[in-house]
Amino acid sequence: MDARRESEPAPLKNRTTVERKSERELVVTRTFNGPARLVFEAWTTPMLLKRWWAPRSTGVSLLSCDVDVRVGGRYRFEFGHEGSKTMAFFGRYIEVTPHSRLVWTNDESDDGAVTTVTFEEKGGKTLLVMHELYPAKETLDGAIAGMEGGMPETFAQLDELLLTLGTSVGQS
Amino acid sequence: MVQHIRTPFDASFAALSDATRRGVLEQLGRADATITDLAGKFHMTLTGMKKHVGVLEQAGLVTTEKVGRVRTCRLGLRRLEEEAAWIERYRRLWDARFDELDKVVEELIRKEKVDGRKKRE
Repeated sequence: MDARRESEPAPLKNRTTVERKSERELVVTRTFNGPARLVFEAWTTPMLLKRWWAPRSTGVSLLSCDVDVRVGGRYRFEFGHEGSKTMAFFGRYIEVTPHSRLVWTNDESDDGAVTTVTFEEKGGKTLLVMHELYPAKETLDGAIAGMEGGMPETFAQLDELLLTLGTSVGQS
Repeated sequence: MVQHIRTPFDASFAALSDATRRGVLEQLGRADATITDLAGKFHMTLTGMKKHVGVLEQAGLVTTEKVGRVRTCRLGLRRLEEEAAWIERYRRLWDARFDELDKVVEELIRKEKVDGRKKRE
């Protein structure tokens, strides 16, 4: 009856959710169709990170990506956007538990968030939860308000990046 | 009540839970108004109306401006809209990243299967 080919069933796309859990917290979730150990590998291997951290639709490219994934180890991502100056995101890993938990600081501004990523495997799939804790309500509000006063420059840059993404996704 | 408000969203929902405050928003949607105007329209005391407007203001739904002795209220939806728009942009960024990450994970799974077969041979 159904003419669709059975050989390659269209995989259901997993949903990404973002929620502001409290005045200082943002939570991003997504399920991946693979074991935690492989998802973790993709978050901690520079060659693999490069392949997904700056998707084409963002309009920016990842110029460099140095990560030293161990407690106290540093990371630095540099992005470029069509000839304009580069922007860097950097910090330190403060917790590294293979296949289950990564915690890092965001040091590009004085009051950056602390990011915790957990990988929870269930039936061959992995639920990823990324939790960003800002030092104060005002920092997260500032990030969200975008152009409002007292906002660190990096947030403006991030917002610019997100805006670029918003338009390019909207058009596709 | 106000001290339990944790996020602009919560504040907005709390603000909208009251019929008078919804009425005030409707009214301001038609035209800006002073506190005195609003108090008259809703048959309330000035103090009572000030409280309602205060809650709406805290939620970012209304902005007020005092000129001389008169405080004028107008709709100020921006904060809520901005937050929702920002969160959606942020979600799209991570969704785009995760779509690529899906491909990386798929490839790692395939590679493991091939390597496993090789080992058994």
